[in-house]
Amino acid sequence: MSTDIIIHDEKDNVGVVVIEKITPKQDCSCWVMENDKTVSIQSADEIPLGHKIAMTDLNEGDTIIKYGHDIGKVVKSIKKGEHVHVHNVKTKKW
Amino acid sequence: MEIPKSFLGYKRENGRAGTRNHVIILPVDDISNACAEAVANNIKGTIALPHSYGRLQFGADLELHFRTMIGTAKNPNVAAAIIIGIEPKWTKRIVDEVAKTGKPVEGFSIEGAGDIETIMKASKKAQEFSMWASEKQREECPISDLWISVKCGESDTTSGLASNPTVGNLMDKLEPLGVHLCFGETSELTGAETVCEKRGKTPEAQEKFKKTWNEYNDFILKEATDDLSESQPTAGNIAGGLTTIEEKAFGNFQKIGSRQFVDVLTPAEEPQKGPGLYFMDTSSAAAECVTLQAAGGFNIHLFPTGQGNIIGNPIEPVVKLTANPLTAVKMSEHIDCDVSKILSREMNLDEAGDELIKATLRAANGRLTCAEALGHREFVMTKLYRSA
Repeated sequence: MSTDIIIHDEKDNVGVVVIEKITPKQDCSCWVMENDKTVSIQSADEIPLGHKIAMTDLNEGDTIIKYGHDIGKVVKSIKKGEHVHVHNVKTKKW
Repeated sequence: MEIPKSFLGYKRENGRAGTRNHVIILPVDDISNACAEAVANNIKGTIALPHSYGRLQFGADLELHFRTMIGTAKNPNVAAAIIIGIEPKWTKRIVDEVAKTGKPVEGFSIEGAGDIETIMKASKKAQEFSMWASEKQREECPISDLWISVKCGESDTTSGLASNPTVGNLMDKLEPLGVHLCFGETSELTGAETVCEKRGKTPEAQEKFKKTWNEYNDFILKEATDDLSESQPTAGNIAGGLTTIEEKAFGNFQKIGSRQFVDVLTPAEEPQKGPGLYFMDTSSAAAECVTLQAAGGFNIHLFPTGQGNIIGNPIEPVVKLTANPLTAVKMSEHIDCDVSKILSREMNLDEAGDELIKATLRAANGRLTCAEALGHREFVMTKLYRSA
């Protein structure tokens, strides 16, 4: 099965769409780069190439982990499979 | 892949090697641009480097201006240089420093002579330099003569996933062969600054990085209105899926692979601690950053892009790579190395690193980069503060 989503690190709670787009209720195959495992997820939103998908339910105040590191905070709760971007995540800097 | 041990470069008087053989006409200041451009128009095989500054600067800002001017003309990609300024004193300061490399350099000042007489005199000298340089031949040079700078731009998540790690893979493979390497973009390491600091090879290098980043961050906090909205990340970054500066920083950081940096350079400073990776304090704006790295003596540049940055530099060839399959197709005339097959897992990082080494060596050997063929010659001075 081809890869729809790539996850950098096993600890990450988001993945990156690597096909032109995924559509709602699409069953997606996710490759975890760090350990070469494959996991699956059903998308909730349409998400374009390069954009992130939530691999788990996330609440306001939670930390987004990518590359195994803190890349920002959740400012609006996100359900598993939903699009993660500037509308629901903000920097902890500046 | 067995990595070639040499490339074809131009050997210079001071022992360095160039990947290009430019004769530059360098204005010291903004008002000398017209003269410099007229000379470059008169004499084939020369290139003018117009820019916007050089008058009434003072203190650290003036020193940076001189460092950039002198470093640009000293760069081994420059065979010979004509320096033109309004006043003789600042012109001479640049000429004297460049002359220490042993390369042909001559200065002209406009005050008291006027544009036309200066253009005539400088054109005669430029013709001599151009014809002299045209006889230079490429010779076999050890790969350690490559000084490779890196900077990414119009990044998106494919940069952090694939094109930046491809540059990191190249660094991991080439550093043991004795090349000089340089990364910069101080503000774009925000969020990854403590992780980056730990990559300093010595406690001194770590301390220097921490101080440099803190100073930049204090400056940003002082000048920013509320945040760096639409600058970090940019609208292009956000369109490409990058959400926060931290995410951008960790992606950016992939460019140095598993390397450690030996020293931290001020903008446009030449490395003094031998081969290895250096961090240079630079803006994250592409043209400013590459101009500073070229002035630091780097002779070939690697530029990963996601959404499609188009930058070039007049003296340092810029090799562009992308892992974004849409950019690779829609902006193909800007892409020297397409590594988008990493995302579909048809290519692994090791293979991508090898492809990039091949593309880098082809450019080093003389193949025009996309940016050169398209005429991109962005030469942009970094200015620290207002002039007097």
